Amino acid sequence: MSDAALPQWRRRTTRAELGRWFGWLALVALFVFCWEIMTQDTIWAFVTDAPTQGADIVGRMLPPRWSYLNALWGPLWDTLNIATLGTLAAIVLGVPVAFLAARNTTPSVTFIRPLALLLIVASRSINAIIWALLLVSILGPGVLAGIIAIALRSIGFVAKLLYEAIEEIDHSQVEAVLATGASPAQVMDYAIVPQILPAFAGISVFRWDINIRESTVLGLVGAGGIGLQLEASLNVLAWPQVSLILVVILATVVVSEWVSARVRHAVI
Amino acid sequence: MSEAAAYPSTWRRPPAIERPLLRWGLVAGAVLYLVLAVGSLEVNWLRVYEGLERGWRFVAGFLHPNFTDRWEDIAIGMQESLTMTVTSTAVGILLSIPVGIGAARNLAPAPVYYVCRAFIAVARSFQEIIVAILFVAMVGFGPFAGFLTLSFATIGFMGKLLAEDIEDIDEAQAEAIRATGASWLQLINYGIQPQVMPRLIGLSLYRLDINFRESAVVGIVGAGGIGATLNTALDRYEYDSAAAILILIIVIVMIAEYSSSYLRKFLQ
Repeated sequence: MSDAALPQWRRRTTRAELGRWFGWLALVALFVFCWEIMTQDTIWAFVTDAPTQGADIVGRMLPPRWSYLNALWGPLWDTLNIATLGTLAAIVLGVPVAFLAARNTTPSVTFIRPLALLLIVASRSINAIIWALLLVSILGPGVLAGIIAIALRSIGFVAKLLYEAIEEIDHSQVEAVLATGASPAQVMDYAIVPQILPAFAGISVFRWDINIRESTVLGLVGAGGIGLQLEASLNVLAWPQVSLILVVILATVVVSEWVSARVRHAVI
Repeated sequence: MSEAAAYPSTWRRPPAIERPLLRWGLVAGAVLYLVLAVGSLEVNWLRVYEGLERGWRFVAGFLHPNFTDRWEDIAIGMQESLTMTVTSTAVGILLSIPVGIGAARNLAPAPVYYVCRAFIAVARSFQEIIVAILFVAMVGFGPFAGFLTLSFATIGFMGKLLAEDIEDIDEAQAEAIRATGASWLQLINYGIQPQVMPRLIGLSLYRLDINFRESAVVGIVGAGGIGATLNTALDRYEYDSAAAILILIIVIVMIAEYSSSYLRKFLQ
């Protein structure tokens, strides 16, 4: 009557267990390999010293220099403009791309659709701050470079989410409008656009929220906004100003998140 | 005849916002904002005009990217970026599991829940590049600072999504495991883990992709990776090398996106 006589319940077969085991082994091996390469030039004395350094920086940051706040309203306005105008430009440019990329509205599935998809991937792969780096080097420092950088990064995002929404529309509504003898433009206006409008509003506000976050750091590479003040304060090691700027950025992000949540709630 | 005349022959779409005052108020507010925002832009058009020539050189660089001249720098940068991506994703996910469990309302006691949620909120609010600046100040230049940054950001991202997943699980299964007299660890292992694992794997692959994109950014502030190489190339106005780097980033992101969607189908 021993337990060994009874069949034991197991989650997987021996084969599956072995397969999993080797899968994990391969992952661990990859990790160790990458870790070795990554840390070959690391100076461990600095790393072990990091807690002291961190405590030192925090000590210098506190308390934030509140009087510096008055110098930040202008840059904050610039940051807001970079995010908002950049999002608007991205919407204007991204919507046509979305219609070209959606399988049911594109003029040519074999030719134009892959081009539009490539445009979307290229725009999405490059972070806004890298676009900004590039544009500052081309157009010179300033808010304009920031706006274009935000727009270039957001086109792919807006177009990708929007074309997925267009592909998911209810086709029977399109047929109903077509049956009235509507022209292609009228089909677009009365059958397709009303169906994607809520998704469109949600996507735009969502991207605006992300862009507020991103535009706070664009100044680090010279593209305007509150990041410029951050860069300037870091360069002179004015840690109390840095901590104040971080607090302002945090507050901006929280407010924009709240606004975006409220608008999305109202629209959808 | 009169009956036919009474029947409405035209139809107007109802406006999106019913109250006319609110509708026109919103429009007027938007126009006022746009005028103010565009008015406060300070654009040095002469500088932009001069920059157009550089812009063309960059476009030309994209058509003839130069992989060879700076190949050694590019190879080192890519190696740092890729190893940083793998190690930080692995460490970030491992650490995000306890944080995610701690931030799930149905598993963690209230004090642990608030601590974990606060940590996630802070980790998510700050851009990677700001965190990178602080880590570079703490552990010095090089990919190790980038590794710490990306791990930190991964914990915030994965912790939040994992916590939401755990809160959405089917309670009946957890209840069944509890009824067998399972310990807390067994409850996690048999009641929770099988339900969240498929999505966790999908999210991990997605985060790997994001971490690679971000690894190109943290280099700008000295935290190692391809961003440092890109920054140098742009500082020297070597647009053909910069274009080569951007093309490499886009290609790797595309490969990562396609292989991760393939892997997800294979694993689920």
